[in-house]
Amino acid sequence: MRRIISILMENQPGALSRVVGLFSQRNYNINSLTVAPTEDESLSRLTLTTVGDDRKIEQIIKHLNKLVDVAKLVDLTEGAHIEREMMLIKVKATGAQRAELKRVADIFRGVVVDITPTMYTIQLTGTSDKLDGFIAALAGTPILEVVRSGVSGIARGEKVLSL
Amino acid sequence: MAQLSGGDALIRALHDEGVELIFGYPGGAALHIYDAIFNQDKVEHILVRHEQAATHAADGYARATGKPGVVLVTSGPGATNAITGIATAFMDSIPMVVISGQVASDAIGSDAFQETDMIGVSRPIVKHSFMVQTPQEIPETIKKAFFIATTGRPGPVVIDIPKDITDPSVKFEYSYPEAVRIRSYSPPVKGHSGQIKKAVEILMEARKPVIYSGGGVIQGEGAELLTALVRKLGYPVTNTLMGLGAYPATDKQFLGMLGMHGTYEANMAMHESDVILAVGARFDDRVTNSDVSKFCPDARILHIDIDPAAISKTVTAHVPIVGPVAPVLKEMLELVESSKTGVDSEALKAWWEKIDHWRARKCLAVANADNDVIKPQQAIQALFEVTGGDAYITSDVGQHQMFAAQYYHFDKPRRWINSGGLGTMGFGLPAAMGVQLAFPQAVVACVTGEGSIQMNIQELATCRQCALPVKIVNLNNKALGMVKQWQDMQYGGRHSHSTYADSLPDFVKLAESYGHAGVKIEKLSELKSKMAEAFAMKDKLVFIDIAVDPEEHVYPMAIRGGYMSEMFLSKTERT
Repeated sequence: MRRIISILMENQPGALSRVVGLFSQRNYNINSLTVAPTEDESLSRLTLTTVGDDRKIEQIIKHLNKLVDVAKLVDLTEGAHIEREMMLIKVKATGAQRAELKRVADIFRGVVVDITPTMYTIQLTGTSDKLDGFIAALAGTPILEVVRSGVSGIARGEKVLSL
Repeated sequence: MAQLSGGDALIRALHDEGVELIFGYPGGAALHIYDAIFNQDKVEHILVRHEQAATHAADGYARATGKPGVVLVTSGPGATNAITGIATAFMDSIPMVVISGQVASDAIGSDAFQETDMIGVSRPIVKHSFMVQTPQEIPETIKKAFFIATTGRPGPVVIDIPKDITDPSVKFEYSYPEAVRIRSYSPPVKGHSGQIKKAVEILMEARKPVIYSGGGVIQGEGAELLTALVRKLGYPVTNTLMGLGAYPATDKQFLGMLGMHGTYEANMAMHESDVILAVGARFDDRVTNSDVSKFCPDARILHIDIDPAAISKTVTAHVPIVGPVAPVLKEMLELVESSKTGVDSEALKAWWEKIDHWRARKCLAVANADNDVIKPQQAIQALFEVTGGDAYITSDVGQHQMFAAQYYHFDKPRRWINSGGLGTMGFGLPAAMGVQLAFPQAVVACVTGEGSIQMNIQELATCRQCALPVKIVNLNNKALGMVKQWQDMQYGGRHSHSTYADSLPDFVKLAESYGHAGVKIEKLSELKSKMAEAFAMKDKLVFIDIAVDPEEHVYPMAIRGGYMSEMFLSKTERT
């Protein structure tokens, strides 16, 4: 099952490589990864998505917790949560297709952020499924480039991940 | 407050941390530090002949004393040579601090002479690592490194120090922190009382219990409490390879080691048990055998470990207890002592009868070979007798290691020092140096083979320089015995690259050339007397080269993929 693990860790050199290294060292998968400092600059928030059965996920969480730089972590998929990913997608847009592409982007609440006479760059935010859905909806339109941010997430309600 | 350079501060901080002894080898990037060592007399430095030996010596010192081992190496090859020893310590959870010199900060990343990314190379085999960025960080980094290495599940910590950080011309005001807090690191200090109570209830209702204890009991200073608990309950106990000595091996409640080369009675008892109390053990594949679904099918598992990740990693625990073994065992012992119901003594009696029946098979009995040939097991038996069972025994890796584990009965913790997890050949001699330096008066023997000893044989020079009277007990079968055994059993006897009889050195002469003594033993009839003579040379390193039966295999041996009850008991018998 797909999980979103959100980690609060020391903003230290080498901390990220320890997290990433753990996954390759123990033969776990990382599907996506995002990391940036938080409002407290000494801490970074890292969100990663991975897949595995309950046993594997339990081991991943335990091993992440063992890393000295990891202060706290949560498996967001265990409770209600908000998940977002941002995509910038450059597609070929000429002739009659230009209007159609704009309509599809509107339906997905995407925004055209850059244009040339022959292409659009569309910005889209949502769950990973929604971004996949948008790409599927473009069937037939030549895609020139896709950039996805990876998933970030936060728990719903009053629950917070902080020190 | 003293104004110190980074190099001086480093050595001063080690002293302030209580370090008396470090093992190392100098080189360019570490020379400022070596100059700082020269200028003081509080921290003693032992010059080894290879950085791997420095880590193993520090490791042996740590295992024997319980104090962290400290290593100092230079950058590049110095650092990479230390890797095997760091990995060895990591696998066996040994507290160690490894300080590596690094090229100057402004040269990092430029492929400078003797540059290696030590933090990167060591990352998967350390508990944590630090790259020091300024001289002022040195005292706090040292404090943190020792705190991390020695608390929780212990392990090696690397501190990489660029050369400019230890520059003698850059001074700062030195002070050593009394304590350190790391907000993201808080190892457990006690177990969950509710879980402990639940475990004790199940343990006391058991009809066929076994207590299975590992290296964590020794690392966690829990041997006395374990012994008290086992005696109070009257239950059988078995130790892992790493746990030998946690319970007195000569006691009647001890079943011997379990696992791949465990005793018949220990493995049978595990297999048929209804409750297993696992203490500081991690259900390693050398215990569970390859198919964990076949592991102890009827047992409920109560698992105490300081590392949550060790619990339910391979075998699911019915009652997990995360915590240091000593306080958890203490709490359990109190609950057992205050219990009104007591144990099921009738069931226990029947259980012991069954165990005695298994014991009667005498799986470790050794028959004399023909023609006065020495069996390797007999060499260990002689070692046990000659040393009165009271020596520190370090070991290398292979058949001799298993024979030592099976036939030298360890009654005390921290006496059996071997590379269990990583299985590092070349560990024994340098580890023995560390032990001998920690306990100059103690009898220290390194049980080894002619294969393993050649992996760090250069340390005979260190032993000479430091006058270390280690006794090397070389079970010489002229082959890589364990490899050969597997080739006999699984590869039709094709001894691919496991023999080298025509190229072995004369170990006696070799030892003598370093200024040590050597004794060759070839006949069973003179085994004990010659060994006793060797051990009587108290002030000398004696290389005891024992020609042993090259055909001997280690038994019992678990049958791969089988239940714990399935073992080869000799070349011709199996369960």
